[in-house]
Amino acid sequence: MSAVADTHAQDHHHGPAKGFSRWLLTTNHKDIGTMYLIFSFAMFLLGGTMAMVIRAELFQPGLQIVQPEFFNQMTTMHGLIMVFGAVMPAFVGLANWMIPLMIGAPDMALPRMNNWSFWLLPCAFLILVSTLFMEGGAPNFGWTFYAPLSTTYGPPSTTFFIFAVHIMGISSIMGAINVIATILNLRAPGMTLMKMPLFVWTWLITAFLLIAVMPVLAGVVTMMLMDINFGTSFFDASGGGDPVLFQHVFWFFGHPEVYIMILPAFGAVSHIIPAFSRKPLFGYASMVYAVGAIALLSFVVWAHHMFTVGIPIAGQLFFMYATMLIAVPTGVKVFNWVATMFRGALSFEAPMLFAVAFVILFTIGGFSGLMLAIAPADFQYHDTYFVVAHFHYVLVPGAIFGIFASAYFWLPKWTGHMYDETLAKTHFWLSFIGMNLAFFPMHFLGLAGMPRRIPDYALQFADFNMVSSVGAFMFGATQLLFLFIVVKCIRGGKEAAAKPWDGAEGLEWTVASPAPYHTFVTPPEVK
Amino acid sequence: MARPARSNARVITWCMAGVIGMFAFGFALVPLYDVFCELTGINGKTGGRYEATVGADADVTRTVQVQFLAQNGPGMPWTFRPVTRSIEVHPGEPVTVNFFAQNPTAVAMVGQAVPSLSPSEGTLYFHKTECFCFNQQPLAAGESTEMPLVFIVDRDLPAHITKLTLSYTLYDQSKQAKVSGTVRAITTTNENG
Repeated sequence: MSAVADTHAQDHHHGPAKGFSRWLLTTNHKDIGTMYLIFSFAMFLLGGTMAMVIRAELFQPGLQIVQPEFFNQMTTMHGLIMVFGAVMPAFVGLANWMIPLMIGAPDMALPRMNNWSFWLLPCAFLILVSTLFMEGGAPNFGWTFYAPLSTTYGPPSTTFFIFAVHIMGISSIMGAINVIATILNLRAPGMTLMKMPLFVWTWLITAFLLIAVMPVLAGVVTMMLMDINFGTSFFDASGGGDPVLFQHVFWFFGHPEVYIMILPAFGAVSHIIPAFSRKPLFGYASMVYAVGAIALLSFVVWAHHMFTVGIPIAGQLFFMYATMLIAVPTGVKVFNWVATMFRGALSFEAPMLFAVAFVILFTIGGFSGLMLAIAPADFQYHDTYFVVAHFHYVLVPGAIFGIFASAYFWLPKWTGHMYDETLAKTHFWLSFIGMNLAFFPMHFLGLAGMPRRIPDYALQFADFNMVSSVGAFMFGATQLLFLFIVVKCIRGGKEAAAKPWDGAEGLEWTVASPAPYHTFVTPPEVK
Repeated sequence: MARPARSNARVITWCMAGVIGMFAFGFALVPLYDVFCELTGINGKTGGRYEATVGADADVTRTVQVQFLAQNGPGMPWTFRPVTRSIEVHPGEPVTVNFFAQNPTAVAMVGQAVPSLSPSEGTLYFHKTECFCFNQQPLAAGESTEMPLVFIVDRDLPAHITKLTLSYTLYDQSKQAKVSGTVRAITTTNENG
């Protein structure tokens, strides 16, 4: 951070304030982006610690370390913290840092709201994490909080959980409005929509998804709140409600939500692969349309999460085909990335390693998604470890590798120093091996019938679970290395040029490294 | 610096309209879901009170087996079972069956039965002219009762359906009934009953 402060002498505008109030009161997009990224990494470690508890318990059959009640709290909190605390804020942090730099804007369009939307997040997670210490324990009904588990049978802390979800929802909506206003109003002269960098495009579409579905999430938790505390019967069959309704409303939010967690990664990878292939991105326009198509389709596939609740055959067929249709625009993107690399002058620095692994492993996750989309097959896979394997393959090497790739790609711009390439490559390979060891055996466990969300399992699953736990410990410990690499890079290292990657394109590389506290006070000209 | 060619206020207004609209849409999904299920019968909830058309005859060439199941919701201590477990009916004829319920506890309680029909395809063709599930059922301590159900299987029931299973789940509604202050003679609170 000090590196950022040092450069303000060249700037005739004021520099950052000193001390804690700089961070509390800041309206600077770079400061807020940094805070988002630090917060998200802290949540990543917290959620990761919970994953370690889960994997330690599953290391062997039988109950060794924790009781089933606490195990359920761990799976629930792990999911909630990773989705809402780690992945989403990380992308908002990247958006804050990079969107103004990429479109030649001096800051986000609504800087004060930006500050507020960040500081709501620690409040929300303080409330959520405090439920662990409450009587009756933390939420224990899974991150999907299906009624009636979360209403009739939920612990007393459920009301705090609902309040936390409301606050983080407000934070996400404000972040999304800010991104939309920035992109629509503050683009440099000459930057038409179809000249925008892809990260900006994917974030614009993500922001619209957030605005469309976060209010639905707020609605569904409000209904829960009323069922629990005010005697309504939205989800209570005895009062004329229907628990299946909960699943419909939840997944109407939940499916677009999974694209919210992956589209910005698509955008970032679409910058990194061309940079290290030293070729322009293949099929820019088709990339934009593919993201739009994925976003639109995400609204009409939600019931593929609930094939087993008793949907009529016509409904199952509709949701099955609609789901499979998503493979088409996703395939367009994957082939475009491969075509970008084809006959390029490739080099494999850490961002590129993560980006290439992203393409390969996300595709594996996509294929298991296609298997799950087949309604009759889903009756076997539903609620097994196959589902766990699937969504960890799209979220860990998808969203999280996308974030790591972005972090390494733009760290020189943020800190003014090059990160340690050897350590970063070590981080990549340990993460890559650990992640595959952890999640690949879960496919086999699921196909063999091991159910999700259980602290104990039948003996025949023991070997694969042990492999999986070893992989998870390896992946978890490796992330401390990432922390070390980033801290080392902030504190010093080889000076980074304004454009440290020779193949990189974009306005963000036209400003000095580290990026001055105020950039693009006069808008650049885009031809 | 004087750049915003377009107004941020306009973007915020549109976005907030979207947010409020989608929040309302989340709640609108509740009645939409009920209407959708009523039209298609897919959640197994049978319809409300049916007005029988006078003079409609039974289709004696066809028999349909109707099975009855009864179960208790969580925490419900009553004895609850169908008096008739299975019956052969002709489509179009009104049939009366009884369900037995007893409150074995030492306190007065109120129960509410919620029906579910399987296969759900048959839901639209199963009509109840009288059902205990339309009302809440209060029972004094130790009291027992037989509760009637009068139904007609529609003559238009698709030919491939030869068996219908009607399941009732009985829920303890004592607390909710006390809240509304009407332990006796409670009228329906359950439109889908």
